[in-house]
Amino acid sequence: MTDLREILVVGETDDGKLAGITKELLGGAKRLAEPLGSKINLLLIGGESIPLAREGLISGADRVYIADNPAFSEFNSESYTHLISEFCKKLNPVLCLIGHTDAGQEVAPRVAVKLWAGLCMGCIEVRVEPEQGRFIQTRPVYGGKALAEYSSLPGRIQIDTVRPKSMAPGAFQEDKKGEIIKITEEIGSFLTRIRLIRREKQETEGIKLEEAKVIVSGGGGVGSKEGFKLIKDLAQLLKGAIGATRVPVDEGWVPHSLEIGQTGKIVSPDLYIAVGISGATQHITGIMSSKYTVAINKDSNANIFKVSNLGAVADYRELLPSLIENLKVLIQ
Amino acid sequence: MRIIVCVKQVIDPDLPPAKFRIDEQTNRVIPPEGMPPVINPYDALAIEAALRIKDKQDARIIVVTLGDKSSEDVIRRSLAMGADEGVIISDSTFGGLDGFGTADILSQVIKKIGDYNLILCGRQAADWDMGIVGSLIAEYLSVPVITRAKGLEVIDGKVRVERIIQDTIEVFETEFPVLVTVSSELGQPRIPSAWGIIDAARKEIPVWTTKDIEFDLGRVGIKAKRNPLLKLSLVSYERNCEFVTGENTAEVARKLATKIVETKLI
Repeated sequence: MTDLREILVVGETDDGKLAGITKELLGGAKRLAEPLGSKINLLLIGGESIPLAREGLISGADRVYIADNPAFSEFNSESYTHLISEFCKKLNPVLCLIGHTDAGQEVAPRVAVKLWAGLCMGCIEVRVEPEQGRFIQTRPVYGGKALAEYSSLPGRIQIDTVRPKSMAPGAFQEDKKGEIIKITEEIGSFLTRIRLIRREKQETEGIKLEEAKVIVSGGGGVGSKEGFKLIKDLAQLLKGAIGATRVPVDEGWVPHSLEIGQTGKIVSPDLYIAVGISGATQHITGIMSSKYTVAINKDSNANIFKVSNLGAVADYRELLPSLIENLKVLIQ
Repeated sequence: MRIIVCVKQVIDPDLPPAKFRIDEQTNRVIPPEGMPPVINPYDALAIEAALRIKDKQDARIIVVTLGDKSSEDVIRRSLAMGADEGVIISDSTFGGLDGFGTADILSQVIKKIGDYNLILCGRQAADWDMGIVGSLIAEYLSVPVITRAKGLEVIDGKVRVERIIQDTIEVFETEFPVLVTVSSELGQPRIPSAWGIIDAARKEIPVWTTKDIEFDLGRVGIKAKRNPLLKLSLVSYERNCEFVTGENTAEVARKLATKIVETKLI
């Protein structure tokens, strides 16, 4: 039996800070914990975690567990799977929330096998039915064309990976007290059969897509690497970030790190400008929480117009230079 | 070397949202008329990855699918692309498998085929989008797994896998056997040649049933589903689009700029 009093959040870091997704999960966990009277446990894996642990507490955790063995300093699917599974066996949480990030997507199914757990990937909402002691998870399916709701099974641990930007972080409580506990015990003998040969971080210039207030994005209709020059000019003028759909990435016009959508990043800017984007659901599902969307496309029937607030039917090559000049005048 | 590739038949992911229908009574997707199901695009890339290895060295590619009679199409397509043999596992007797059940049965099938070096899967299926079956098969078979490959290379009996995650390029190496899931960064899958199609049409495709593999309905069947589906509903992202029009592009640009500034979001 799982313990209804325990909810686990698996933490992640980003540039030495607690990752945004982890704060979101802590906020979500708090809302789920209240009706159940559960404690929120945050598991932090990797070194240098004490300042992060404080950040975890003020972001909503009741207890922070730190696994700071140097063996965990770099993400490794096999060792992380082992650690999370063993930790769950001891804590016995009713719910384990993991970010639907690269690392999260890799470890969650493997942990689920080891724990015979329920598993929902890429959830955009998790609700609790306290009387039944179960959770209801909503996730997009069919590339975002439909939403599916799944129930957890009472008594069995439920593992959910949650999409970034779908849960609101909780309010900071600067004076929040809580326990910080080091996991010092042996890691055990897990197999690491896969050797990392090379890991290269690609530096992206400018603002991060996930944090950008304005995003100018290009799709297959941009047609070439050169075409993205105009996208970049507009993005720079608006102090925004550059994004793309899958086609420009697959064609090699822009790096993979710019991809937005189901297989890329999930964004929620105030203003999203879609240039030469047809509007496949797989892309739309990644921008659905944008406040205001502007579409520029040659084809008046393109699906992107159906999901936009403002549209212009035009060839971007002609429109963008003129739009940029007009905006320059208006912004000054 | 022997490569096993797992493929799945799905509703064409390019189906326009307007034609996508669901039966809310049964929580099922209604197959669209006039648009035949296709091989899951990520699985076509897994076949492509296998073929790129076969282009360089001796390899036998065996394609496996769990499905019904119509799934023969995805096997024939894989054979036409250049795979050597195919197996269909009829899923009707299992009744409503989740990802865990699917992976459990596929791992039994892979065990029965045996003598494999490499197992390839697409990173996720374009229908339920869970992206877990590859990792689960690897767990059930106790083989290492590398997910979301951009490219694979076989060097001296080892496999080297490159992948791109977020802002990072990673290269891994491991010994056989290994399971690798393939992502869209691999590129485009090849188009079957006319000769390939003719050749594929001649091949026998065995259909295995519950008699041919070991399984435990308590582990994989409908009662073993870990997360019952309560509700399936259509989702609309529609907004009311205001079109900016004008005599010429210059006028459209001017009006569009004004409208964008009026939003006060910049």
